[in-house]
Amino acid sequence: MNSILQVNQLTMDFGGIRAVDRMDLSIGQGEIVALIGPNGAGKTTLFNCITGFYRPTSGTILLNTQRDSNKMIVGLKINRITELGMARTFQNIRLFPYMTVLENVMIGRHCRTKAGILGAILRDSKTIKEENDTVTVSYHVLKRIGLEEYANQLACNLPYGAQRRLEIARAMATKPRMLLLDEPAAGMNPQETKDLENLLLRIRNEDNISILLIEHDMKLIMSLSERVVVMDYGKKIADGTPSEIRKNPQVIKAYLGETY
Amino acid sequence: MKYLDEIKQSALIALWFLFLTFPIMVVRVNTIEHTVQWRWLNMLYIGAGSFLLSFLWRQLMIQRLSGSKKTSVVSIRIGNLIKGIGHNRWATRFCLLFAILTVVVFPFLFSSYQINIVTNALLYVVLGLGLNIVVGLAGLLNLGYVAFYAVGAYSYALLNYHYGINFWTALPIGALLAALFGILLAFPVLRLRGDYLAIVTLGFGEIIRLILENCNTFTFGPSGIAHIPRPGFFGIPMDLAKASIYVYYIMIILCLITIFVVGRLRNSRIGRAWIALREDEIACQAMGIDKTKTKLTAFALGATWAGMAGVIFAAKTTFINPASFTFLESAMILSIVVLGGMGSTIGVILAAFLLILLPEYFRTFTEYRMLLFGMTMVLMMLFRPEGIIANIRQRYEFLGNGQESAKQSYTGIRTS
Repeated sequence: MNSILQVNQLTMDFGGIRAVDRMDLSIGQGEIVALIGPNGAGKTTLFNCITGFYRPTSGTILLNTQRDSNKMIVGLKINRITELGMARTFQNIRLFPYMTVLENVMIGRHCRTKAGILGAILRDSKTIKEENDTVTVSYHVLKRIGLEEYANQLACNLPYGAQRRLEIARAMATKPRMLLLDEPAAGMNPQETKDLENLLLRIRNEDNISILLIEHDMKLIMSLSERVVVMDYGKKIADGTPSEIRKNPQVIKAYLGETY
Repeated sequence: MKYLDEIKQSALIALWFLFLTFPIMVVRVNTIEHTVQWRWLNMLYIGAGSFLLSFLWRQLMIQRLSGSKKTSVVSIRIGNLIKGIGHNRWATRFCLLFAILTVVVFPFLFSSYQINIVTNALLYVVLGLGLNIVVGLAGLLNLGYVAFYAVGAYSYALLNYHYGINFWTALPIGALLAALFGILLAFPVLRLRGDYLAIVTLGFGEIIRLILENCNTFTFGPSGIAHIPRPGFFGIPMDLAKASIYVYYIMIILCLITIFVVGRLRNSRIGRAWIALREDEIACQAMGIDKTKTKLTAFALGATWAGMAGVIFAAKTTFINPASFTFLESAMILSIVVLGGMGSTIGVILAAFLLILLPEYFRTFTEYRMLLFGMTMVLMMLFRPEGIIANIRQRYEFLGNGQESAKQSYTGIRTS
């Protein structure tokens, strides 16, 4: 299996605090990897480094893109990284609340379309075609995620679970090679979590998209992910299959403390 | 009786107002004859007025708190009426025809004073729609918008003074220069948001005005530039009345172009990017939108309209000086956008006409203009924060048999 993402010796300092410490991570094509760890372990910081929100202090991040199998993405702009095929969702939902559900997904198509100012004003046949394609593709994405009934509603009026799914739909619209999900099941009830699991599996199986997710729901992690990476104090302390991780003494220590 | 308490409260407020306004409204010291006039009648007016207003206010607040949407019934009804007209093809055509006829015939039926103030209102429509791109769509609070207006006006005035460039050549140049200044302002404020952005843009507006005021050799300082030629029409000489009609028509055309272009931009890929930027800057970037480019285009395209309006303003008044481009103008344009409804085209047009024409027609109340203006703003923000006409998102209807085919058709018909 060739890898899609390769993180080498990634370090991120905030002043005197080392949030991520010489982290290594490799994600294979079409692999579902869960990133777990106690609160403040540096999981989201790692996400932010990978997606370009933070510029890491040192280390490299290589992405297998369409053109270049080892594209260095450290220091690139956020939107450029998304363009290269990395899409993410946020821990606290970040939708565009006063845009319709469909428009939210259409924003995801932005980096795959080109129409400029002149095209927008003149509305030539090329722009119209592109716009039609945007709507059609976005609608199909919504349909796949099961949100098409909400298409014309404002995103802020959606129920919580649907908002979480819309974030995934929006990320899917960017046509990613890899999805980074920050706590996608947070606040979901067991049924919604089960649906989410099926959805993620379907996305992976149909499009061969790699998924890296941060999650606290152990049940979901154990059944969904093929590999689990555990972080504590910015360091990777374990990396293996879910059953291996379950038995790993270091992981148990990190989660439950020394005395157990 | 549940009103008794309300009446008591209102009476208390009336008393408080009486006390507050006593020195200015009742006592008048005549310094020439060294006498004191006691105007007790004023006291009665203030007492009754403040009592009634506060009672009304309380009733409105109660209604609002109890959640009954009685106040919005009217607006829903108007909305339905507009929708009904929109659906009836003949009604639409009739309204359109009537509007066109009114616009065309207007200058021949009314005095040149009326034409002038309507032209002025049209200028503010263009300015409002331009600022609407920056504030309403892209969500970048710009308090120095008048700077671009000044750039447009001065570029025509100076180009004409030094090089004799005529109006029609100056119009695109003014627009371009304003866009350039828009980009110039956008660069330092790319990282700023909210309050900080507002302060910097405010500063920018003041800088431009101070440069115009103090750069005597270049801009002729506070004395301004006079004898700016009116727009020409293939060299045909026109008297004042005809010229103002001509400017009126130019403004109408510019307004239509603005409405058309801004409308198209709004429902395009770029317009959506602007709105996404307004809604959530971080998510917007994560979705692959170039923040820098999007902000720059918003500032540049917003400024373009101010530049054009500026050129026409200079040509219309034939005299400009820095006093026309104070912060108050920026505030006025911003109020038009906020009052009309952020991002809503019809709302901004309506607000521009209301805010510019009403003070003209109620000249008798000139002294209370700012008071009324402030009051309207407060009331609007309390009862209708989304503006006169709220921005409506485009809806899409999906036709097709629901099968997964790439050719599934859709119509972009707006159904609401």
